[in-house]
Amino acid sequence: MLWIKNGIVIDPKNKVDGEKMDVFIKDGKIVDESEVNKEECKVIDANNKLVVAGGVEMHAHIAGSKINVGRTMRPEEMRIVRHTANKLRVSLGRVLLTSPAIGYEYAKIGYTTAVEAASPPIGSPHTHEELDAIPIVDKAMLPVFGNWHFVFKYVAEKDREKLKAFIAWAIERTKGYGVKVVNPGGVEAWMYGGNVKNLEDEVPNWGVTPKEIITELVKSNEELDLPHSVHLHCNNLGNPGNYQTTIETMKLVSGLANKKRQTLHVTHVQFNAYAGSSWRDVASGAEEIAKVVNSMDNVTIDMGQAIFGHATAMTGDAPFQFTLHKLTGSRWVNKDSEIEGGAGIVPIVYLPKNPVHALQWAIGLELGLLVDSDKVVLTTDYPNGGPFTEYPYVMAMLMSRKMREKELERVSPYVQKATSLPAIEVEKTLYDVIQMTRSLPARVMGMENKGHLGIGADADVAIYSINPDDVDPAAQYELINSEFRKPVYTIKGGEIVVKDGAVVAESWGRTFWVDARKKVSLESIDEDLNSFFSSYYTIQRKNYGIQEEWLRNPVRVEVN
Amino acid sequence: MDAVCTFCGNVCDDVEFDVNTQKGKRFCALGLAKFREKERIKSPMIDGKEASYEEAIEKAADILVSSKKPLLYGWASTVNEAIRYGVLLTEKVRGVYDQCASVCHAPGTLAVIEEGIPGGSLGAIKNRADVVIFWGSNPLEAHPRHPTRYSVMAKGFLINDRKDRKVIVVDVRKTKSAKMADKFIQIKPGYDYAIISALRALVKGEDIEANEVGGVPKEELAELADMMKNAKYGVILYGLGVTQSRGRDRNIENAVKLIQLLNRYARWIIWPMRGHYNVVGAGEVPAWEVGYQYAIDFSRGYPRFSPAEFSAVEMLLRRDCDAMLVVSSDPAAHFPRRAVEHMKNIPVIQIDPFPNMTTLLSNVVIPSAVAGIEAEGWAYRMDGIPLRVKKLVDSPYWSDEKILKEMLRIVEEKLEG
Ligand code: SF4
Ligand SMILES: [Zn+2]
Repeated sequence: MLWIKNGIVIDPKNKVDGEKMDVFIKDGKIVDESEVNKEECKVIDANNKLVVAGGVEMHAHIAGSKINVGRTMRPEEMRIVRHTANKLRVSLGRVLLTSPAIGYEYAKIGYTTAVEAASPPIGSPHTHEELDAIPIVDKAMLPVFGNWHFVFKYVAEKDREKLKAFIAWAIERTKGYGVKVVNPGGVEAWMYGGNVKNLEDEVPNWGVTPKEIITELVKSNEELDLPHSVHLHCNNLGNPGNYQTTIETMKLVSGLANKKRQTLHVTHVQFNAYAGSSWRDVASGAEEIAKVVNSMDNVTIDMGQAIFGHATAMTGDAPFQFTLHKLTGSRWVNKDSEIEGGAGIVPIVYLPKNPVHALQWAIGLELGLLVDSDKVVLTTDYPNGGPFTEYPYVMAMLMSRKMREKELERVSPYVQKATSLPAIEVEKTLYDVIQMTRSLPARVMGMENKGHLGIGADADVAIYSINPDDVDPAAQYELINSEFRKPVYTIKGGEIVVKDGAVVAESWGRTFWVDARKKVSLESIDEDLNSFFSSYYTIQRKNYGIQEEWLRNPVRVEVN
Repeated sequence: MDAVCTFCGNVCDDVEFDVNTQKGKRFCALGLAKFREKERIKSPMIDGKEASYEEAIEKAADILVSSKKPLLYGWASTVNEAIRYGVLLTEKVRGVYDQCASVCHAPGTLAVIEEGIPGGSLGAIKNRADVVIFWGSNPLEAHPRHPTRYSVMAKGFLINDRKDRKVIVVDVRKTKSAKMADKFIQIKPGYDYAIISALRALVKGEDIEANEVGGVPKEELAELADMMKNAKYGVILYGLGVTQSRGRDRNIENAVKLIQLLNRYARWIIWPMRGHYNVVGAGEVPAWEVGYQYAIDFSRGYPRFSPAEFSAVEMLLRRDCDAMLVVSSDPAAHFPRRAVEHMKNIPVIQIDPFPNMTTLLSNVVIPSAVAGIEAEGWAYRMDGIPLRVKKLVDSPYWSDEKILKEMLRIVEEKLEG
């Protein structure tokens, strides 16, 4: 039992904004004062300190073949030792971290939940093996659907019942959490050397369009009422002019509603928010996108903020990765995977003086500043935009115009004419950034017990040496940036795992997966599964996927 | 009973094996031989004397804890769960982790570090590849069911039958596999790099001055370059003939560059034909746990990767290790004589289901259950696709996973106490 005494709590979900209060923890949950025996509590003095829920990472690439090939390809990333082997594991990595490092580094900035945002379905056991090797944080993963032949087939046949059955089947087999879509149709086109450019382009051999794929997947997802909405990496990523595709895509869901959450989450929008017609006249399309997102009540986004320095692009968007390889001349990994899609990996360095990189950096911030704080989640699309360990920097930037002005001095002047960042006066509050890193991502993911400190919530808590009553983040941005990097405490499931910025204990989180099988007729797709497996797969249907008991610490979330 | 074959990198998951009658279905001869009952190591042994598992593991832990720099080697023929404990164990005892790849496909890993790897799964090949090139690889003898399941006769999404596919074998001699090919190109040993360079020039549309390269006439090379450019979806499947001949990692680097170039005209991928059933896992597991795939030294409390120093053969030749743990491998039979000599001078612990040359010089021998028959776990096929190998029958033998988990526990106790 824990008693966090006298902290200053910010808890946007429960509309608590800087109230001095006590928080009680028992059996891994936040409980009412009456539930604990104060005598037996370990007391944490949080006087004058900020008390918030543990951070929720809703989009990062932390496990599976992509990041692991990345590690293999980039031994130069591994030369930074973060923790030497002793009672805890050795942990290393500059931006690409080892699995133990991922768990430790999240905990070290006060994050306690992390979602792997793209797993090739057939590779999901690998993804889970790596998730199981990440200590401390709770986890989940999203299998990728947008180029899977089953999906093309059911979309072409306009058979939503079967599509729903297939989604339920696939999520159960992969022990996944929701429906991820990456460049729908575009990766299949890449198998022929192409891509799709707009929502009306046809996918080779299938006669379906990205628009149909997205719409049908969203509707199926909504009819199944999965905890998370469709999680979409838009078409046309990384191309000048793509902000229009992004806006058109968002508009596909206008009219759909869900009381609990958005009906579409568009991810790492920074990479999909470029105006202009080429790399010569590329500019920011963030303002237009922000307008659309703010005007809709069923779309959320995350930033995909670029951080200057090393990064590694890794996505299921295989054709984009090839483009990036041609553009930069850098090393290139590609992986076409059965009839499910593909992926690619390319190392990258974001340089402040490079006009395009500076533009990307600025666009991420524009999105973070211009989109309402209950619609935009803070991410770097780790490791695509940069390390998640830099979240405190992004939080400080969002809160301080003065800090932005200082940073703008060191970046390419191109951003002055190509973005509105220098003119943006918005300064987000502590409440806003706590929302963007806790309550909102939890809501976006449909994780009810995450991201807040209400009774019944998971006892994931971060305590920072920041006094909300006293601090002026706009002026004291350095303090914000440094204190969010070293929580006084990180508590995961009621256990103290970080003290004064250092990991003090290794715990093991759970893996959430969603079971929607009760809502569909699996028999309806039985024959299709058999025929696809015998014709196009190289493994037997019976060997496809993972049993729950093979996971370290699974939690089944049933959808009724 | 439904089984998953734990012999070669194909990890065929459509096989059946009946433990009672010792009969199998759909296996190739190699796989069946592995599954059939063979001579086993009967019991744990310490210095030639029978011992209990507990005693043998205790002794092994003693050796590891008291040595300055133990080498923990093997891993390609066991499951990921066991490998993971092996990595943790190496970290704990500050030893060196190395695996079989260091003597076979490691040059491919070095090439990935230089250029990446534009690849795809075996299913991508089955469904789409209209041009398949086996380069320095001999599937019929090393991966017997590769051609039928994945690459030559396999039908798929765009491939209706064998005629939809051109198969080319490039090798220094006419192998069994050459006979199933539409075209066999015989090259002079050690000329892979030069030939690949010539192909790169020809694909780019440049002329080459020589009339022949590595024993292949210019016209034939031009024809090959042409076929490559005009493929819809091509693949190069390379083997030890490329990684272990002159040029080694540079050959593969060059081949990857060729693939990068070809993708400007057609879709092409390249992939290694990995040998043991889980040699991929033996690299993947340490990669996520400690950042590198092989030749990893922990003596400073953090991992360092340096193939020239920390691969098993180098360690032994330089007498740089004072104890060795060998898991599911037989270095005594395959390493250079001078390396094996050092093995004779240091305490060696072996974990393996079957006796081999290494057994003869091991001080502690710990027999284990055969993964895929007596123990289950994850293995990664040559293309990195995970498959759960099965347990078909109970056995008195402990699994590698159990042995190593216990060894780690005791080592931790000893280090703390
Ligand atoms: S090809 Fe390889 S995996 Fe398949 S049955 Fe033969 S030995 Fe086993
Ligand atoms: Zn992403």
